[in-house]
Amino acid sequence: MSRSLPLILALLAAAAASLFAALLFGTFPIAPLQVLDSVFFPVPGVVHDVIWQLRAPRALAAFACGGLLALSGTLLQVLLRNPLADPYILGVSGGASLGALAALTLGAGAAMMNAAALAGALAAIVVVFGLSFRRGDRNVYRILLTGVVLSTGLSALISLMLVIAPQAQVQGMLFWLMGDLSYAGDPSWACLVLVGLTALGIAHSTRLDLLGLGELKAQSLGVGAAQLQLGIFLSAALATVAAVVLGGAIGFVGLLIPHAVRLLGVANHRQLLPLAVLLGGTFLTVADTLARTVLAPQQLPVGVLTALLGVPGMLMLLGRRR
Amino acid sequence: MLSCDAITLSVPGRVLCRDMTFSIEPGQLWAILGANGSGKTTLIHALGGLGPYDRGTVLLNGATLASGDSRRRAREIGVLLQQEDAVFWGSVLDYVLLGRFPHAQSWLGWSSEDEQAARAALAEVGLAEFAPRRYTTLSGGERQRARIAQILAQAPRLFLLDEPLQHLDLRHQGAVLTLFRRLARDQGRAVMMVLHDTLWPGRFCTHALLIHDDGTVRAGAASEVLNRGSLEQLYGCRLQEFVQGAGRYFLPDV
Repeated sequence: MSRSLPLILALLAAAAASLFAALLFGTFPIAPLQVLDSVFFPVPGVVHDVIWQLRAPRALAAFACGGLLALSGTLLQVLLRNPLADPYILGVSGGASLGALAALTLGAGAAMMNAAALAGALAAIVVVFGLSFRRGDRNVYRILLTGVVLSTGLSALISLMLVIAPQAQVQGMLFWLMGDLSYAGDPSWACLVLVGLTALGIAHSTRLDLLGLGELKAQSLGVGAAQLQLGIFLSAALATVAAVVLGGAIGFVGLLIPHAVRLLGVANHRQLLPLAVLLGGTFLTVADTLARTVLAPQQLPVGVLTALLGVPGMLMLLGRRR
Repeated sequence: MLSCDAITLSVPGRVLCRDMTFSIEPGQLWAILGANGSGKTTLIHALGGLGPYDRGTVLLNGATLASGDSRRRAREIGVLLQQEDAVFWGSVLDYVLLGRFPHAQSWLGWSSEDEQAARAALAEVGLAEFAPRRYTTLSGGERQRARIAQILAQAPRLFLLDEPLQHLDLRHQGAVLTLFRRLARDQGRAVMMVLHDTLWPGRFCTHALLIHDDGTVRAGAASEVLNRGSLEQLYGCRLQEFVQGAGRYFLPDV
């Protein structure tokens, strides 16, 4: 624990700074001291309203969404024993996107769209779960391939919808597909999911380390591999669904944030999980603040920003000599 | 300690060994010998509760393996697998500490006892200074010793070792066998290991289990089971026998 203490403190500071920046920047000018005032000594007024009703929910939604994606990616990379696993590998984003796009086509509002996305994501999870966890057969490659095949099918359906949809709706659809936090709504439930799943993951972190060495290895040291795999699958699915309902299919975070933390020298899950959550949340909060402000009043889809910011950072980490 | 009564092992489409009956007692060192694909690893997995067997019963201290929780079983039986599915990305010490999972008291982290046990285990295999190194920087033989350190940290009553000597040089092969003989003699642990080398079983093992290609099994005291005739039949090749002091050694006659 002591070895990565500086890293933990640095990431905690970065998380606080990113949330502060998310409250500070926006179309309505607010001074840094006013932000602090409003956080610690709330006084009703315009500033207070902008911070607490507009920026804080959005900032928390971004943080929770990033944390959930990083958590889900970390869990799935252990479950599938595949470094290229990401939260969407199980077809969750495909199912959610299809649901959301169908709702958009039918002219539904934001709440209806989120419900449709939720239904689509759950349907995809049920299909993958039903096909790959049958009869106690827990071959991880079967789960992986089932998810990939399902995702491919869903993305074909999504392309089809984009082609036949009326021109006026395509813009909104593309925003959803690239990931966008504008319609996130109240993020408090997602924060609870994030905190709960992170704590659960830390409590099972040694089991995750062992499962990373293989099912037999984990079993030989007394881990009930079957229950653990099922638990990881369900936790990752829940985290992904929560993230997708908040912000659509935001790429990059779930796949690469866990690797970024590993490249910083953290391998065991007791530290990897919370650090990935912190880094993922911080990263998405920064990206979303930029998405809101760089071309203001034009809003960019945050998914574009995550890749534009993340790719150079990741390449730098990869190129660093040890 | 562990008794097998008429167990039969098979893989899809093939019976590996039939009606195997033997029991392992504290202080004994067993060698499992057999040709490639004869079922040695399948037997280790079945005895360790990691794989199924078709018929018969395996009892650990009078209870079936499936009963009781798996962490308690892991405090009784340790299995050194022939291979691991993935590499470990942390330090050598972190790797060995994973062997303490069956003993762990808290999910917050390892206790100082756990760390002491892990460091002592590393010292036993001559890797004490390697503790902070990354596991991936170790050579094949060093990794094998780290794996052995991990099972030493696990400290089970019964060690089931699948090819414990793989990748080890001669000196470390001898050191590892001496270490397990000491654990058997002094601490009353039991050891069962898959060996391929006919150099060692005659010198270190009290008992041997021979698995033949036709599925028949011969189990008994090493002095009775290990001789030129039985080994020639087992491996299906002619052997030369050398007698040196109290030991008898066999080499293929090629």
